[in-house]
Amino acid sequence: MSDTHKSLDEINEMYIDVLKEIGNIGAGNATTAIANMLNLKIDMSVPQVELMPVEKIGSCIGAEDEVIVGIMLGVELDIEGSMMFLMDMRSAHHLVNQLMMRDYNYAEDFDEMDLSALKEVGNIIAGSYLSALSGLTNLSISPTVPFVTIDMAAAILSVPAVMFGMMGDKALLIKTEFGDDFEMNGFFILMPEEESYEKILSSLGLSL
Amino acid sequence: MGQMIKVGMADLKVCKAPDNLTTIGLGSCIGIALYDPSTKVTGLAHIMLPDSSQIKNNSNIAKFADTGIQKLYDDMIKAGANKSRLVAKIAGGAKMFELGSGAAQSTINVGERNAEASRAKLKQLGIKLVSEDCGLNYGRTVELYSESGDYLIKAVGKPLKKI
Repeated sequence: MSDTHKSLDEINEMYIDVLKEIGNIGAGNATTAIANMLNLKIDMSVPQVELMPVEKIGSCIGAEDEVIVGIMLGVELDIEGSMMFLMDMRSAHHLVNQLMMRDYNYAEDFDEMDLSALKEVGNIIAGSYLSALSGLTNLSISPTVPFVTIDMAAAILSVPAVMFGMMGDKALLIKTEFGDDFEMNGFFILMPEEESYEKILSSLGLSL
Repeated sequence: MGQMIKVGMADLKVCKAPDNLTTIGLGSCIGIALYDPSTKVTGLAHIMLPDSSQIKNNSNIAKFADTGIQKLYDDMIKAGANKSRLVAKIAGGAKMFELGSGAAQSTINVGERNAEASRAKLKQLGIKLVSEDCGLNYGRTVELYSESGDYLIKAVGKPLKKI
């Protein structure tokens, strides 16, 4: 048997490794950027990459009806698609309190300023993540303006579910935890359009 | 009191009184409730996409408005519902993010297309759509009660709604 024809499973496995590495570098960049912004020392965990059935995506972070923060951006140029960054409310409040130099325990509803601070966090995280992807693939990738939604996890996650659902039955998630002495949980979901998957893979010398 | 049976994403279920049905966190998806007031046969489908014929990978028929509603209808009839008495209520189809432009645009508006496809399929099956709560920009959890046919809608920071 020749080994020139790799099965889709093998490719998937390689692809997951590649995304894991991109996630690692991207999250590393993002963490550094946020740490600089907040003037804090922030650690991050090694990302977990998970391929899961689309139907399960609504509960991938926690309870389906838990209220979470979703920051979504479009991705343009060589790769088309979108990406999402998700946080639980506790992490979002902590991050905003740090940015706005508020008391640790402040947990009032987010106002306009807070929401724009969250968008800025989304910008930094997405920018760092995408520049890692761009550096590895030599593709030009640029994020669009971010949008923030605070709602039930399942409702927010229906957006990536639909995007992955259009291509198949599986969704790919990258989960990273980051935090100072306070543990924060963040999740990335990268959602390239179907043709962009091939571009990412072929730019890395892989093919489907 | 009956059981509250959970319907997942891209899933559908039929039950009879006293059991009830729920699905959590509809975003751009639609929760289609079918009900026969006489036999109290009750069904709920949670669809994600409007049209199975436009997607290559369409093995899960509960994922799409066209095939999902058809299957729910067939299951309702099998469970003893009367075709002429069936009524429908729909909820969901929100636009969760106000993305202005770019490649994600068509996906972002999928909620609206889901609602349209659901209405069209119900019309084709001759099922009367008696009420709906669709669109806008927030998630909905729905509960469908088999005794009354009431369709309860819960959203974050909003009063409970009954349609």
